[in-house]
Amino acid sequence: MPYISNTPEERRAMLEKIGVTDFDQLITAIPPQMRLEGLLDMDEPLSELEITRRIQKQTCGDVCTQAVNSFLGAGVYDHFIPAAVDAIISRPEFHTAYTPYQAEVSQGTLQFIYEYQTMICELTGMEIANASMYDAASAIAEAILMAVRKNRLTKAILPATLHPEYLRVIRIYTEGLGIELLTAPAKDGLIDLDALEAMMDDTVGSVVLQTPNFWGNIEDGEAIGRLVRKNEKALYIVCASPISLAILKAPAAYGADIVVGEGQALGNNMNVGGPLFGFFATKLEMARQMPGRIVGGTLDKEGRRAYALTLQAREQHIRRAKATSNICSNQSLCTLAACVYMSLMGREGMVEVATQSAQKAHYLAREIASIKGFSLAYPDAPFFNEFVINTPIPAAEIISRLLPQGIYAGVDMARWGNDHQLMLAVTEKKSKADLDALVKALQEVRDV
Amino acid sequence: MSKTIFELSTKGRKGYTLPANDVDIPLDEIIPAQYKRESKARLPEVSELDVMRHFITLSHKNHFIEKGLYPLGSCTMKYNPKIHEVIARYSCFANAHPYQPEETMQGALSVMWELQKDLSEISGMAQVTLQPVAGAQGEFTGIKIIEAYHKAKGNTHKDTIIVPDSAHGTNPATCSLVGYKVKELKSDANGRCDIEHLKTLVDENTAGFMLTNPSTLGLFETQVEEISRIFHDVDALIYMDGANLNALLGIVQPGKTGFDVIHFNLHKTFSTPHGGGGPGAGPVGVVEKLVPYLPVPIVSKNDSGYYLDYGHEDTSIGKVHTFYGNFAVLLRAYVYIKMLGAKGLRRASENAIINANYLMARLKDYYHIKHPEYCMHEFVADSSWQKKANGVNTLDIAKRLLDKGFHAPTVYFPLIIPEAMMIEPTETESLDSLNAFADAMIEIAQESKENPELLHEAPLTTPVRRVDDVLAVKKLDPIFPIKN
Repeated sequence: MPYISNTPEERRAMLEKIGVTDFDQLITAIPPQMRLEGLLDMDEPLSELEITRRIQKQTCGDVCTQAVNSFLGAGVYDHFIPAAVDAIISRPEFHTAYTPYQAEVSQGTLQFIYEYQTMICELTGMEIANASMYDAASAIAEAILMAVRKNRLTKAILPATLHPEYLRVIRIYTEGLGIELLTAPAKDGLIDLDALEAMMDDTVGSVVLQTPNFWGNIEDGEAIGRLVRKNEKALYIVCASPISLAILKAPAAYGADIVVGEGQALGNNMNVGGPLFGFFATKLEMARQMPGRIVGGTLDKEGRRAYALTLQAREQHIRRAKATSNICSNQSLCTLAACVYMSLMGREGMVEVATQSAQKAHYLAREIASIKGFSLAYPDAPFFNEFVINTPIPAAEIISRLLPQGIYAGVDMARWGNDHQLMLAVTEKKSKADLDALVKALQEVRDV
Repeated sequence: MSKTIFELSTKGRKGYTLPANDVDIPLDEIIPAQYKRESKARLPEVSELDVMRHFITLSHKNHFIEKGLYPLGSCTMKYNPKIHEVIARYSCFANAHPYQPEETMQGALSVMWELQKDLSEISGMAQVTLQPVAGAQGEFTGIKIIEAYHKAKGNTHKDTIIVPDSAHGTNPATCSLVGYKVKELKSDANGRCDIEHLKTLVDENTAGFMLTNPSTLGLFETQVEEISRIFHDVDALIYMDGANLNALLGIVQPGKTGFDVIHFNLHKTFSTPHGGGGPGAGPVGVVEKLVPYLPVPIVSKNDSGYYLDYGHEDTSIGKVHTFYGNFAVLLRAYVYIKMLGAKGLRRASENAIINANYLMARLKDYYHIKHPEYCMHEFVADSSWQKKANGVNTLDIAKRLLDKGFHAPTVYFPLIIPEAMMIEPTETESLDSLNAFADAMIEIAQESKENPELLHEAPLTTPVRRVDDVLAVKKLDPIFPIKN
């Protein structure tokens, strides 16, 4: 039987030591009528070879993004991942360890989390980061809850430019706690600053910004920050793309109080959309209000540098019903991938990835906008590596016509209410030839 | 101690290669100056070899399953088969985008559909959502489903969830997050729910009950049927925290014994790696009447294949994850279940129970065990004898175990047992390794008499000595001060 070491003889010897003659005597606490009679109704067990063959058969028709020219984004991005990332994260020393409760035999995990926290703070300009949340969506939700703990103001403003799936998750996390979510409308692909200004008053507890926003557009964080400051108690929550932060201003520079974001782009595969991981950073003065695990530097008994989980009095295993969050397991191994990725790419590589992604996206946008019938949905908004186009025929038709040519043409915006729009993401992995191939295919769609 | 990666940085050193940029658009033309970063983020500048050496050096400081027994109670640190890792890296999974056309990811969707089906069968539930990405998020999802049920039935007065005093901290924390009040139920002398106390707590305002079964004491809750009647009589629902499901595979189907909702910890019961604290997965199963409230989408199947089904959008609680959950974790659990099958799952639970009882039998003369009856997959010993006789406490014993090459049990939990040591060996440990652990525990019991000072000093052989976690709070140091 797979993965059970004991032989029937050993099993018998163990039962004898326990003082019983057969297994059923060990489970007499389970009332007989509660026990399953017979076996579960499942497939026959497979060997390693058989499961491998079965999976290969099941997936033989699947076409992954690497087999085609893909422009899919909308929260998950296909950036290049150096081979050394997987070489590290697949080490059992990291991937079969548990949460580092016993610090003396977990210094490896604790130190990489400390380094990861440092890198996140360096990108965002903040002073303290946690060991991760589940995804950007839950990170924003937890940031709103943290703002309420801090200032007791239960109104949060979310922009209409936020990822609609993030909004759904935020809603479910906040709805039971009497938190009112207001929407700041969008204008030309960006938050409508006049409308936001009109909404700001003493009762607003937090304002959320996503930049680049759902449509890829770069918001004016500075101007929005000034509006948030009209209520000095309100907290400014910024959800930022970590790759973009290599070239865009750190949110701390425009007054963010909490910076969160989706970390998948940092060295993690797309994996059908999960695992993702949310990063979460803030100011030191709010450390005790934070959700999630935090690693801190300290000393061992002999005065040597060491690391430990810290500020645990906030957490559910100590504070129970009064904890800052119910989070226990987070996305630790994903943050290791991010930490290794940022170490490898380093100061220059991150800038190059961000720059190439932006440049290639803009090249593509210009070329598509010049095709008759196609146009940029938000021609006046600056964007990073993702943008929305208006299409002359329903986007769904374009997607299915380009599919046989080996192109994933982008995300159909019909999902969120506009069936004549496509959203396209471009990373440094695209060559000019890849971009030109899409342009040519779109021209042909037009010509049909 | 190892230098940080920042201290290894040398200006101009590179650890990456990228293709040359073949698109020539100056950045100044596309990003307005006022949005640009003024100076580069001070990430390290290191070579690939520097990175490899640094992280491998760190890795050597960890305890992990392949190194030695990892008896953390309620964490189920069983061996994680390597075939999972190979299959999880297949490009059709690792490089699949969640918004790909469904016809291009039928294989991935079939994995999810079959896993829903198998987890439904294992738990005896009608349907399962795979979306929650951790046990605590599974709890949150389950309690939101209970809330949605009451809302739909007009049970607006129901505002309280009852949680036993032996529960994991995530249970009460989850209730608070959903907006429920929490009432704590006492355990009785046998370590089971105190039914008399329960009767005083349950009333018309009770929305539900969260029960870990077997409990964190490693005991099966014998009175489930009566408990279930008490709650169902006031239209309250029963949630089973599946943290300890490793004791019940193929033995009890919770959905057929009075439980309405259950979460699974795939990273415990179904052998996906813990990753140093995640990612895990916390799917949730429900009985028929709660199926309409499951998060969207679930995976369904029709004549043309598998698809993401949003059909119950109007009644659903919504979404708890941006996409469909931790797919790469779900995939590993799928492989595990398919390889074990019904017989293998049952054998896993049987052996988990035998291993735990064997360890208890070997240790019961050396450590106090408050509930010495046969346990399920784990048991709780404590250091009260050692503390009273020699001033040695559970922390000392835990640290001394590290010296002997083992991880410590879960300590000081459950809270109702002072100086608790919650021990869960799992089924994948052999008799030899159980004996080695038992021998070490017995040696420590001996050392506590002969040389208690040694135990206060432990650990002596680990990469660092006992770590000062009070200082870590007092002088908060969450990031490295980068110099340049």
